[in-house]
Amino acid sequence: MALGFELNGKFYETDEDGYLIDISKWNEDVANFLAKEEGIEELTPKHWEIISYLRDYYKEYQIAPMIKLLLKAIMKLMDLKKRDANKMLYDLYPAGPAKQACKIAGLPKPTGCV
Amino acid sequence: MSKSPMLDELEKGPWPSFVSEIKKAGKISATARDTIGQVEKSYREKVTHWKHGGVVGVRGYGAGVIGRYSDSPEEFPGVAHFHTVRVNQVSGLVYTSECLTEILDIWDKRGSGMTNLHGSTGDMVLLGTSSEQLEPIFTDIAEKGWDLGGSGSDLRTPSCCIGPARCEFAMIDTLEITRNLTNYYQDELHRPAFPYKFKIKTSGCPNDCVASIARSDLSIIGTWKDDIRIDETEISNYAASGNIDILREIVMMCPTQCMDWDGEKLTIDNSNCVRCMHCINKMPKALRVGVETGATILLGAKAPIVEGAMLSSVIVPFMELNASEEEDDDEKFANLKELIEALWEVWDEDGKNKERIGEFMERMGKGEFTIAVNELCDEVDVAPKVDMIAYPRDNPYIFYDEYYEEVEDE
Repeated sequence: MALGFELNGKFYETDEDGYLIDISKWNEDVANFLAKEEGIEELTPKHWEIISYLRDYYKEYQIAPMIKLLLKAIMKLMDLKKRDANKMLYDLYPAGPAKQACKIAGLPKPTGCV
Repeated sequence: MSKSPMLDELEKGPWPSFVSEIKKAGKISATARDTIGQVEKSYREKVTHWKHGGVVGVRGYGAGVIGRYSDSPEEFPGVAHFHTVRVNQVSGLVYTSECLTEILDIWDKRGSGMTNLHGSTGDMVLLGTSSEQLEPIFTDIAEKGWDLGGSGSDLRTPSCCIGPARCEFAMIDTLEITRNLTNYYQDELHRPAFPYKFKIKTSGCPNDCVASIARSDLSIIGTWKDDIRIDETEISNYAASGNIDILREIVMMCPTQCMDWDGEKLTIDNSNCVRCMHCINKMPKALRVGVETGATILLGAKAPIVEGAMLSSVIVPFMELNASEEEDDDEKFANLKELIEALWEVWDEDGKNKERIGEFMERMGKGEFTIAVNELCDEVDVAPKVDMIAYPRDNPYIFYDEYYEEVEDE
């Protein structure tokens, strides 16, 4: 029995951390579903800005961005200093950018000595 | 017939074995029992059964928990999840029995009963728990005043030697520096945002008992500015004791040959002393460190990928690290904090993914790097100095005049 979830009649397979196995299957409904699973009731425009940034970066470079790049993007998009951008990021995604934002955005699981 | 004949082998012989400890934990923990089972299987098959990666954590933090999953959960359900929780240690590892028992009781209940007290970075390493237990563990330890340590590309938990708590050689308050930096940089510790990991280790004297010069990105080593204190009477006592050959064991072992012994009097040319601590270690009654104390700050150890393992290099030969009672915690060690933040800013700006600051400094060039850091510092002077040159250049094909013209043209 594969791990995953069913949504709108389709089955989406995930790994044990909840990341999509086939990231090409991602869509906005999946994002909303994963967000709710993560305890984020609603994805606000700020949430979506981060998701867009992550997906655009992955499309161009085939890897997830370094967190410092994501922070720089947030600093620019929301006109914040680094500490405030970090705080905003964790306010929006309390479990963190790697664990939560990347998962909801449909990026593959990050690797490394996390 | 034992279920783990290969592991049992390790219990033979005169030395304690981790296998015995895991089996002991196995009396109360299915996780420990299945650890034995899976490790035995791996020994037989010569292949690991831990999957690669795993991203788990607690709410609000991006660090502190290392995820690990078994690839054989049906066979070893106890280790289906085997996450590691890093708990920030007490500076200098000075614990009461009660406080160790606090952690261990929580771990018996919610983990596997197995710990690695302490890991190489310095944190307490609690091995083997499941995803469902992570938030409860965090709640339980936080209620008692503990916190998680660092992991990933963040500031890792700072660590230090026992320092002034127990050691006569300690010239800086390693415990207070470590506690202070840990509390001041909580954001950087719990929310990874650096190119790679960054470790700060503090030793009270150049004996460097935490090996900070080899194991940390930023090494803080206690030192003295003035002269080694000599007690002539005690020198004579050592000479008369017959237990030590001052000429051969002390004077001739000095790395800079800065000492003189005529059979009666020991003289030291302090301006050539490189603070190796050998003479002081050997004749502690007669020789003591100076009284004008502070720290040498070094940068860049580790980084084994590009250059191979490196020791850190001196960037500030002497920095005072005295904290006054009147200062708030935030205000203490302001010079050190200014330096740390300048280093982070330069490294963070252009550091590649998984590039340690030592590698980054090599790539940028120590000269360029220290100039860039110096620009961000008001109090601390890290501008390159003539004394830093290792050897004069021997490549005549670099024409510096032309190079600088080109740069200006750009």
